[in-house]
Amino acid sequence: MLSLAIISWGAFAQNDYSSMNHSEKDQGKMDMKDNSSASASITVKHSKSASAVIDRYLKLKKALVEDNSQKAASESKNLFDAFAKFNLSAKSNSEQKELSEIIEDASEHAEHISENSGNLDHQREHFETLSNDIRDLIVIAGSDRTLYQMYCPMYNNGDGGMWLSSSIEVKNPFYGSKMMKCGSVQQEFTIK
Amino acid sequence: MLSTEFVNVYEVPENVQQILLNSCYNCHSNNTNYPWYSYVQPIGLLLENHIYKAKAELNLSEFGDYSVRKQRSKLKSMISQIEKGEMPMTSYTFIHREARLPPEDKNKLIDYLKTLKNTSHEN
Ligand code: HEC
Ligand SMILES: [Cu+2]
Repeated sequence: MLSLAIISWGAFAQNDYSSMNHSEKDQGKMDMKDNSSASASITVKHSKSASAVIDRYLKLKKALVEDNSQKAASESKNLFDAFAKFNLSAKSNSEQKELSEIIEDASEHAEHISENSGNLDHQREHFETLSNDIRDLIVIAGSDRTLYQMYCPMYNNGDGGMWLSSSIEVKNPFYGSKMMKCGSVQQEFTIK
Repeated sequence: MLSTEFVNVYEVPENVQQILLNSCYNCHSNNTNYPWYSYVQPIGLLLENHIYKAKAELNLSEFGDYSVRKQRSKLKSMISQIEKGEMPMTSYTFIHREARLPPEDKNKLIDYLKTLKNTSHEN
């Protein structure tokens, strides 16, 4: 059982280079879960600093799952505001640089999603990159809840796409009703 | 040329540089080339507004000042815009024939940008 888990971790690690960045190695404590899912688990610190961002990100995700472009646009505006209010100065000097880069990039994606009501494809494209930013943000800033990194290998012509969810139930924000079930849990973020 | 210039940040091969200069630099850089009809109002105003927006979105002259995260994000977006035929803007290539991207140039540019994107995650 354990060796099987290690093999699948190895396969996953090769596939998903983007999640293996510096911050994760430095900040995140990776450990193998020895339960049946064989997905990796990362422990992040408990923090409410990103609560508004996480809330609004999840609302945006829900709107995309529902194929609701207009709602995605308005939720995205709220997310943009949450980034603007994120309290960077409360973070350590070493974290501030990367966090501010994440927030700059993520804000731009949120802005594009809010400006592209009526163009779900384009909104989803920005949502995919945005999801990577939010994941990296949580690894550094922490979370107030358990989150799951979901992955659908079909998205973007087979390049794949990831998103975050508060539940292990697969509801795909890239395809919505067209392919609601594409995806599986790739990683779990648990709170220390 | 500035060191933050896209074509200086990466070792862009000559032929790809030419494609970028012809098709993208006119709107997405600090050395935009205003064509003759920009002196005719209100086309001039419209174009200026366009270029202002285009540069805010992606300034290839300042690419080296972007964070690695932002560079990666922009590369991804460039590839997708070209693949979908959204860029270069058709309203512009309609008048500016030399900015058009013939299929072979389009593929060359996409292939090159993809290799950049796939190597940029490592730093
Ligand atoms: C005629 C001017 C013009 C040319 C030429 C042009 N662009 Fe653009 N580009 C724009 C404008 C204007 C925008 C802002 C789009 C908007 O606001 O709708 C833009 C937006 C973009 C974006 C952001 C898209 C998004 O919404 O996520 C990318 C990426 C981009 N351009 C890449 C390119 C590339 C690559 C080329 C060359 C192949 C190119 N552009 C050529 C005017 C231009
Ligand atoms: Cu956009």
